[in-house]
Amino acid sequence: MRAFAELLDRLSLTSSRNAKLTMVRDYLRDTPDPDRGWALAALTGELSFDAVKPAFIRKAVEARMDPQLFAWSYDYVGDLAEAVSLVWPGQPGANREPDLSEVIEGLKSATRAEAQGRIEAWLDALPQARERWALLKLVTGALRVGLSARLAKQAAADLGETPVAEVEELWHALEAPYADLFAWLEGRAEKPSSENPARFRPVMLAQAIDEAVDFAKLDPADYAAEWKWDGIRVQAANEGGVRRLYTRTGDDISRTFPDILDALDDQGVIDGELLVIREGKVAPFADLQQRLNRKAVDAKLMAAYPAAIRAYDLLQDGDDDTRALPLTARRQRLEAFVARQASPRIDLSPMQPFASWAELAALRADPPAGDPQIAEGLMLKRWDAAYVAGRPKGPWFKWKRDPFLVDAVLMYAQRGHGKRSSYYSDYTFGVWTEDAAGQRTLTPVGKAYFGFTDQELLQIDKFVRDNTLERFGPVRSVRAEPHAGLVFEVAFEGLQRSTRHKSGVAMRFPRIHRIRWDKPPGEADEIAVLEQLLAQMEAR
Amino acid sequence: MIRPQDLLCPKPEGLYCPPGNFYIDPVRPVDRAVITHGHADHARAGHGAVLATPETLAIMGERYGVDFAQATEAAPYGHTVARDAVEVTLVPAGHVLGSAQAVVRWKGLTMVVSGDYKRRRDPTCPAFEPVPCDVFISEATFGLPVFRHPPDGEEIARLLKSVAQFPERSHIIGAYALGKAQRIIRLLREAGWDRTIYVHGALERLNALYGRHGIDLGPLAQATTARKADFAGAIIVAPPSAMQDRWSRRFPEPIAAFASGWMQIRARARQKGVELPLVVSDHADWDELIATVSELRPGELWITHGREEALARWATLNGIPARALALIGYEDDGDD
Repeated sequence: MRAFAELLDRLSLTSSRNAKLTMVRDYLRDTPDPDRGWALAALTGELSFDAVKPAFIRKAVEARMDPQLFAWSYDYVGDLAEAVSLVWPGQPGANREPDLSEVIEGLKSATRAEAQGRIEAWLDALPQARERWALLKLVTGALRVGLSARLAKQAAADLGETPVAEVEELWHALEAPYADLFAWLEGRAEKPSSENPARFRPVMLAQAIDEAVDFAKLDPADYAAEWKWDGIRVQAANEGGVRRLYTRTGDDISRTFPDILDALDDQGVIDGELLVIREGKVAPFADLQQRLNRKAVDAKLMAAYPAAIRAYDLLQDGDDDTRALPLTARRQRLEAFVARQASPRIDLSPMQPFASWAELAALRADPPAGDPQIAEGLMLKRWDAAYVAGRPKGPWFKWKRDPFLVDAVLMYAQRGHGKRSSYYSDYTFGVWTEDAAGQRTLTPVGKAYFGFTDQELLQIDKFVRDNTLERFGPVRSVRAEPHAGLVFEVAFEGLQRSTRHKSGVAMRFPRIHRIRWDKPPGEADEIAVLEQLLAQMEAR
Repeated sequence: MIRPQDLLCPKPEGLYCPPGNFYIDPVRPVDRAVITHGHADHARAGHGAVLATPETLAIMGERYGVDFAQATEAAPYGHTVARDAVEVTLVPAGHVLGSAQAVVRWKGLTMVVSGDYKRRRDPTCPAFEPVPCDVFISEATFGLPVFRHPPDGEEIARLLKSVAQFPERSHIIGAYALGKAQRIIRLLREAGWDRTIYVHGALERLNALYGRHGIDLGPLAQATTARKADFAGAIIVAPPSAMQDRWSRRFPEPIAAFASGWMQIRARARQKGVELPLVVSDHADWDELIATVSELRPGELWITHGREEALARWATLNGIPARALALIGYEDDGDD
């Protein structure tokens, strides 16, 4: 338990992706089976106990100490699991310290009452607060240490110097604690079989196109173009009587979208974009968000936000693995497959015909009426390319629409994390609003923390330090007046209405596009610019 | 009938002793002061006469210059000194080099002012000495049951594990310049780390002073002398304020560690951008506070500063009358 607790502790306070990868990989290397397998299951979200409720934990601790002292403690710490792990009166030697597998196996077979008794005994036996914290995180079903399932799988793959795609393809055929996976990664056994129905297939990803370099080398006749839809990439599988829906990282989201899986009648595996589609028309991304991250859905929600897949590839067609076929052949099969489903919940991502790159560029700048107008841009796919896991250079490109731009004024700057903790690197910026009396004030419209070079970061950091008005912990307010302040040209992908933001709008993917050292803040944009843009998007 | 408040009573300047006419750790300049230890919130410059341990006087001289008071008197541990009708004895508090409890006796009444203290071993100063007393006046910086400092060896082991895990990066340990920094360095030496430890310039004079008092800190170097690549795998000790300062940019991808009792609370670590919190404190944690009060079982417990209400409640529940003095001017939220 100790090594696992230390790992969770470090992960939760580390921001660097590489550092997290190192920590998980070292843990998996140094920890014996089956503990490391259970840890991997916990980190990838494959384990979920809700063995105990917070109310039980609170009652258990109050039976052991003065409730008033606990109340003050909880109030000070703010997090129940953490407060309880710190105040829990130690009973060293009360019991043998449990290891991770003992905890997990002990909970799997337990009734609720048994689970509660066991958890109390483990809390008594664990000598470190950190271990008690990890135990409580585990048994309440929320690790939340800022590690994606994919990164955990990457760390496991690194152990065997194996591409993560191989681990991902196997993943849904494996069961915790993954002894066979580790045996293979460490070269002690054959690769486990991935032949389980409706498993996840690692996805093929696109490179961003470099307009200045790539087009000169590419022949438009070699490529198909289609619109890049603004939803989330999914994979829908129907095999051997099993239907599953996965995200692009292999997370199983079947339970959230039963309506889509109902529509997938034929045996096969589709790659496509998950969207909300009403009467054949794509709804804004905000509508899709109503359906995401929900454990349970009801008929009302499904009717209000009808989800659908806009299909663009076919990885399995009946008994045939189609991934080695060229796109031309896969596309033919896909069109026939989608037609057979005959459901509005699964439609086809249409191809966008074009003759030259110039013609395509014009279409991208001014998309035809309908859904393409809210597409994120275009996808280019080589007609003769097979479907290859990962991000190969050449067969697929994404060509995003030019971002929207707005000139906004820096209002607040916050210290960054990790490597950036000595820099003010997170910026809140605002645009001008005018009240009834004609008084102009800045209202915050977004926050960005990338888009600038290291050299520019140094310059902005210096500006922040030299122009600080007030400090609030890690945040500084910065001079922002018509003739003194700093203007950012902010790029963003779209706008949504938001009740959480004072300005009423929220930006998608805002980043610093250019620093306008030359521009007086008084000449930055007004909120009306954003409101107009929002109205245009909604009027489509 | 002698009452404790006739011997010691809180005043705006600090704890005052009328029959001895002196203050203990006054926060403003006074004529006569007894100073328990050298931290800036307890030891201020500008008093008339100062009574303290020789080590504390040396620390004050180093920080404020030799003329920090009009007159000084050194009282080694265990030597009793008369202040008018009152006897004052300084005994070890185990907090930092030179730190003392002030034992004040008058007409058969014994009161002990703990100053800041801890009960666990510290390689840089003698251990806290419990003195039976009628009234124990305790600090309560970490006076909440959530503060339970782990064995410091465990914390140093986690640090060294991280250094081994990230050999291409450097580790900066934020540590209070007086006491904590030297203790961390000593603990690292005891754990077998014999490489050069780099230090921020602000620590140099106190490190040298500890060296003159027989505390061997091993090879140290100013963190300015090497090239960035030379700091790969290095341990650097700096005052907490320097960690987020531009000063830290000279190191390769530094991992921010911070040695403090406050690091027990994850939100605190996160707020300060600390990636490797080291729970190492020079104050008594909750278990040490209640163990000390249980051991002494004073007739009354007075609490000077910190989270008084929780310790007072615990004492009352355990049959010891307790009173919060609510002295102001001591940093209960400082860098520890």
